[in-house]
Amino acid sequence: MGDLGQATSLTLEGSEQGYATTRVDDLLGWARKYSLFAYPFVTACCGMEFMALTSPRFDLARFGAEAPRFSPRQSDLLWVVGTISQRQGPVLKRIYEQMMEPKWVLAFGTCASSGGFYDNYTTIAGTDKIIPTDVYIPGCPPRPEAVLDGLMLLQDKIASGGRRAGVVKPRFDPAQNASGLVQLRKSAKDPRDLLPAIEKIEQGERKARGLGHGGQT
Amino acid sequence: MSKFVLDKLQERFGAAILETHSDFGDDTAVVAPKAWKAVCQFLRKDHALDFDLPVDLCGVDYPNRVDAGRMEVVMHLYSISKRHRIRLKARVGDAEMEGAEIDSVTSIWPGMDWLEREVFDMSGVRFRGHPDLRRILMYPEFEGHPLQRTYPADRTQPLIEYRTEEEAGVPLGKLEPFGPDEGMSFGRHGPPRVENGRSEND
Amino acid sequence: MEALDIDLEEGELELPAEPMHLNLGPSHPAMHGTVRIVLELSGETIVKADVQVGYLHRGFEKMCERGTWAQVFPYVDRLNYVSPMLNNVGYALAVEKLCGLAVPERCQWYRMALGELARVSDHLTCTGAMAMELGAFTPFLWFVKAREMVWDILEEETGARLTHSFGRIGGMASPPTADFKGLCRASLAQIVHLVEEGEKMLLKNRIFLDRLENVGPISGADAVALGWTGPCLRASGVAYDIRKDHPYLKYDEVDFEVPVGTKGDTLDRFLVRLGEIRQSRRIIEQSLERMADDGPVNCDDPRVVLPAKTDVYTTIEATIQHFKLVMEGAKVPKGEVYSYTEGGNGELGYYLVSDGSGTPYRVRIRPPCFQITGGLSKLIEGRMLSDIVPTFGSLNMIGGECDH
Repeated sequence: MGDLGQATSLTLEGSEQGYATTRVDDLLGWARKYSLFAYPFVTACCGMEFMALTSPRFDLARFGAEAPRFSPRQSDLLWVVGTISQRQGPVLKRIYEQMMEPKWVLAFGTCASSGGFYDNYTTIAGTDKIIPTDVYIPGCPPRPEAVLDGLMLLQDKIASGGRRAGVVKPRFDPAQNASGLVQLRKSAKDPRDLLPAIEKIEQGERKARGLGHGGQT
Repeated sequence: MSKFVLDKLQERFGAAILETHSDFGDDTAVVAPKAWKAVCQFLRKDHALDFDLPVDLCGVDYPNRVDAGRMEVVMHLYSISKRHRIRLKARVGDAEMEGAEIDSVTSIWPGMDWLEREVFDMSGVRFRGHPDLRRILMYPEFEGHPLQRTYPADRTQPLIEYRTEEEAGVPLGKLEPFGPDEGMSFGRHGPPRVENGRSEND
Repeated sequence: MEALDIDLEEGELELPAEPMHLNLGPSHPAMHGTVRIVLELSGETIVKADVQVGYLHRGFEKMCERGTWAQVFPYVDRLNYVSPMLNNVGYALAVEKLCGLAVPERCQWYRMALGELARVSDHLTCTGAMAMELGAFTPFLWFVKAREMVWDILEEETGARLTHSFGRIGGMASPPTADFKGLCRASLAQIVHLVEEGEKMLLKNRIFLDRLENVGPISGADAVALGWTGPCLRASGVAYDIRKDHPYLKYDEVDFEVPVGTKGDTLDRFLVRLGEIRQSRRIIEQSLERMADDGPVNCDDPRVVLPAKTDVYTTIEATIQHFKLVMEGAKVPKGEVYSYTEGGNGELGYYLVSDGSGTPYRVRIRPPCFQITGGLSKLIEGRMLSDIVPTFGSLNMIGGECDH
């Protein structure tokens, strides 16, 4: 969960006008972020995770963002869920242009954020090539928890009034915590010195997965 | 897989069946393009063969082939009552895809309608007599046929102009690593700390 | 004054009218994301329908030509993304047919169990979404809850909920976990219970039945001529199921039935899918009983299977093998093959052309719902606008597969 208390009391540049205006902005931000009307622009596999998101286990309703409005005139959050092909591009742009201010765009999934691994003649490499995007949620498809993370990031953003795009970061950075990794020493004379350590790790893995050998990763 | 179907075809059409094989258990017959519709009609109507399910139609591009047509139109058929399959191939088109035309079999199997449109769209083979030959997967403004091996995979033909960076006001390329908050003053600051060296993924 | 219509013929009382054009656009709640239907309407009756697909064309076949044989697995996952394991297994079987490999028995049972779980997830999604589009939100939530249980099992096995990329040429990515059998057995009972609850809600509801019964019928002969396979064809009375007619893996050694409908209307397609969930449960339970608890899951062929990591770090032969398999790809023999399995929507076929190198020359997927969607215009012409929603929903058009 974001550092909510801090975010809502940030004073942005140009908003030193007055105490009342800032409080009204805060109130509007609070109201908007907890009552997002979503336009689910669902195209592909991420749509399955979007369905799972609205289901009871991951419950989007507790964030106030459950109500889908299939008319762009009635919605303020455009969920771009799935790959946008070149043929779908004009459709997406037209839907975005029909929405009224204030509006936000959430790029759900890697294909919507950056085109995914479809680097070819038919895919637009990310929604930001055609519409301004506020939050990018990587994942193929992202776990519903990651999507909720992105939604909360967007909510913080709405509350603070910022317009810079945000990216959902991974929870755990393997480079920063190397305790589970085997440190290959540069000065090892014989790689077989490392064999016991590697075998121990593999045995642990095999045990965790049940009896089975010949496993390949 | 029985060779029964291939034998019947060769017996009926003789020289129009250019070659046959049954590699990997799939009966295949290479048909002269002129005899394409007649062969399909025979396969559909003959009572012993009765190929009623149009399984698939696709194009495979062999741009380096010099002795026969460059684009190979491959059709798979199945008979629900007799339970046999066949693959038919026809080679059309020269090196620049001139003359890549073959008869449409939509009147024999209505299911071939969309498949032929797809082969036209992706590989550039025209089907004579097709009721409505237009692109199906790509948009009408697209030029070229993507599955030909001479079409570069990453050549896009955008329908709308991409946004420029001045218009967007933010860099549209990759995000630079700004530091722990990656330029976002709101939300979480950096990845959460991990206690006691225990990874959260254990 | 006398009545105005005394001297008029019946047809002259009507005002002249032009048909109305309506666009059921690509972004529409009931169009499963990516299908555009351009309609010519006369009042509420559809005179002509032009079904336009291709809004999710992602260039799957072109992308496969740029990687190695094993790099195709993530792409096939995203074809029929509601039953990705069936796609994985189908493609693995196709390459193994070309290579002439046979996987160990344990792997065959494992593939069957995972494939049938994927099929259950597919049918739950289709029926749940259909109910939701007709206004019945509750069964959708129950079916999604059941689907979450299936995804939990798949997450335990493969690490991912939806797009696992778990199949490999010559086996699977890793052996079954110790909890697999217990999880499956426990979840299946709950899943079928939830399906029964959903059925109780829906199948006695007059409104639901009226919207589905006799809507969008198609005869068996018409369906076959259109190239339909799978539950949509079986609902029309043609009992063609590849698992029974051309068994692969171990489907000839398990006991199950194939639900077949009679009228070929939307209600039959709905019921056939619910019936298939129960048959899949039977298959899974039998597979779990027959699957051994230990033994190799990958076949022993060094030309396609990656060696164990300990060997890669210590012996030079394994390092070279690993390097060649990853950088150049498994060298599949030259030739072409068409391999077909029963996917969620019907005959899922892969036509592979190999030139003997590690990169596929051509990978063609035969998408079952492409031809099924091709028949949609025939089903809705002459019917009312609101009949499109249940008819289209019952066809289970999956954009990733239809537009590949």
